[in-house]
Amino acid sequence: MSVAVLPHTVKPHPITGVYSGKLGIWLFLASEVMLFGALFSSYVLLRVGAPAEGPAAWPSHADTHLSWKIGGINTLVLIISSVTMVMAWAELKMNNFTKGRWYLAATLALALTFIVVKLAFEYIPKFQHGLLPSTNNFFALYFTMTGLHGLHVLGGVIVIAWFLLPGSGLWHKDPEYFTNRIECTGLYWHFVDLVWIFLFPVMYLL
Amino acid sequence: MTEAHHHHDDHHHHPELGWWRKYVFSTDHKVIGVQYTVTALLFLLFGFTLVMIMRWQLAYPGKPIPLIGGLLGKTLANDGTLLPEGYNALGAMHGTIMVFLGIVPLIVGGFGNYVMPLQIGAPDMAFPKLNMASYWVYFCGGMVMLLSFFAPGGAANSGWTSYAPLSVVATQGQTWWLFGMVLLITSSLLGSINFIVTIIQLRAKGLDFFKLPFFVWSQFVTAFLLLLAFPPLEAAGALQLMDRLAGTSFFMPEGLVVSGIVQPYTGGGSPLLWQHLFWFLAHPEVYVLILPAMGMVAEVIANNTRKPLWGYRLMVYSVIFLGFMSFIVWAHHMFITGMGTRISAFFATTTMIISIPSVIILTALVISLYRSSIRYNVPMLFALAFLPMFAIGGLTGLPLGLPAADIQLHDTYYVIGHFHYVVAPGTIFAAFAGIYHWYPKVTGRTMNPALGKIHFVLSFIFINVVFMPMFFQGMAGVSRRLFDQTFYQHGLDVQGWTQLSSWGAWMLGLSQVPFIMNFFMSLRAGRKVSDNPWEATTLEWAAPSPPPHGNFATVPVVYRGPYEYSVPGQKKDFFPQHLAKAEA
Repeated sequence: MSVAVLPHTVKPHPITGVYSGKLGIWLFLASEVMLFGALFSSYVLLRVGAPAEGPAAWPSHADTHLSWKIGGINTLVLIISSVTMVMAWAELKMNNFTKGRWYLAATLALALTFIVVKLAFEYIPKFQHGLLPSTNNFFALYFTMTGLHGLHVLGGVIVIAWFLLPGSGLWHKDPEYFTNRIECTGLYWHFVDLVWIFLFPVMYLL
Repeated sequence: MTEAHHHHDDHHHHPELGWWRKYVFSTDHKVIGVQYTVTALLFLLFGFTLVMIMRWQLAYPGKPIPLIGGLLGKTLANDGTLLPEGYNALGAMHGTIMVFLGIVPLIVGGFGNYVMPLQIGAPDMAFPKLNMASYWVYFCGGMVMLLSFFAPGGAANSGWTSYAPLSVVATQGQTWWLFGMVLLITSSLLGSINFIVTIIQLRAKGLDFFKLPFFVWSQFVTAFLLLLAFPPLEAAGALQLMDRLAGTSFFMPEGLVVSGIVQPYTGGGSPLLWQHLFWFLAHPEVYVLILPAMGMVAEVIANNTRKPLWGYRLMVYSVIFLGFMSFIVWAHHMFITGMGTRISAFFATTTMIISIPSVIILTALVISLYRSSIRYNVPMLFALAFLPMFAIGGLTGLPLGLPAADIQLHDTYYVIGHFHYVVAPGTIFAAFAGIYHWYPKVTGRTMNPALGKIHFVLSFIFINVVFMPMFFQGMAGVSRRLFDQTFYQHGLDVQGWTQLSSWGAWMLGLSQVPFIMNFFMSLRAGRKVSDNPWEATTLEWAAPSPPPHGNFATVPVVYRGPYEYSVPGQKKDFFPQHLAKAEA
């Protein structure tokens, strides 16, 4: 009986030029574009179709009580975390495991900062002031879309934490495999960052 | 080569896998394919049972259901007589189960998983663990759907389309439905990524894209549809969950009154938004239901006509074009929502255009039959029946794609007849063809041909008895979701057709007995056959039957196209893809 050796799990395919995981994560991101695309489309439709007055009317900018400063800080946090993520991958690629791990840890810390800021300075005070998803469709969209984005950040936190601690053993068995996984994690992380780059102006500035 | 060395060590030290890892939590695409197939067939039987119960109420309104009426719970029936709420729940769950838990898992999860990697000469799927995850997430989604029958108020009862605002104010079963759907969407998302990567990365040496069997092409395009069309429904599901659980008004208009009570929603939402998001998935989904079926039929027809498929490249281009077009026809389900003539004109036009590649594929399959010496075995009978049945289903769809005709036919039994002709005697017959065709590969034995032919003839007759009358009912104006059509004079006038259709459904149910017997008995009693009993050319027949872990005894290399049958000057009438020279 032959033994199954699955090709292209680590080394790139000679024709497509990518290893399977990288192609997989790109396809996953394509589906994510459709997911957030549907939500942004819903935002456009609901905003354009909102009644001119009454409780369901679209709130004025002041009535949204969103601070562009807090949002801006979080935007900065995510952008820096994208940079540290790339640095982590670059260091691993250059065979510097320790440095790569530090950058990974920095990314994790920044991701957690984003979540803490989001909860402590935005979600919880909003709830305390009675601004809930049911208040009007602006807040419904705000909480649903930033909430879903927050879940994506949380997913990233779990994956990064995994590769930082229990999953890092893979480096000693197969450094290239490990580096590839960090690359895929990075692609996902940049996407999460990118979604926020769209969410920030749409929610805080428009 | 270095990579092969790299992993060599791991595989040498593999201990023999335990029973749980081998048959339950397996990462082998063949085990997962069988798991998908068996689970999906059980769900198909369950979904069919639901509709057989509904057909009693339609044929004999208000009469207690014989035999099983007493077994139905309080949310469904009262003293054995179906309740209107129960009827709605059965209807919604029939659609959901058949589409999302039955047919797609059968033809994509089952056949796709088992056959596709073999046909491209791969040792497994690109991500075996992800593959296992997709099956188990699907399984959990199915369980959530089944358990929802026991929720307070019963299962979801707003139709499989879950139109808002009805679905937002519906009983708790709808929340279960949404959670179940999120799991099913996640499952098909993971699966579709796996399929695409496998087809791109793991084809055997020499297997160019234009040497792929048509079945692989159909799975490739289908995977893209699943990948890109399902996420908007996931978004829509999240929005509807928010409406139901957090009191948002995404789909809720202002001042909605239900049963005399003003609903506590701020309003400002759009019920039409749900329809757009839903059909943006659900129209590509229709092609998810039919493309793999076309792929299976193409395999069986090429094999049993002993001729290359006519217009293979044309079929491939058509299937790619179909996949692309299926994303821009969705609003033809919404002609009577008042969305405006210009939008209707656009979607009517795209709908007419999308019928062209479907007709090309069907015509190519019919031309393939011309002047061939057909082997009339059981898979071929089902494949041949697919052609006219799918044609009826497709052609009756054209009037629905034109707004002027659709206004009359929308939401009548005509629509039910139309899409059931596509999916039941279309896709399900193709799936039967596939089961009879690939059974020897999976088990090393053939299914009993006599029982198979009985199954075919009875199914073919009764499936037409079920669905043909629906066209007449629909043209008489009977609406599709009526609990009791005899309430109206125009419904009473065609009640005879309804009863005929119901009897057809019950007889169709009985006609599956020979299949079920055959399916299980042949595991032990079926005739043992060689690795290539149908004398086929594609790669799955180069593997042993059943294929071991890792599939092929030697890594296959491909030398020619998929359907080299009856090559002039050859001794044998088939020339397998993996042979460098013809066998003497």
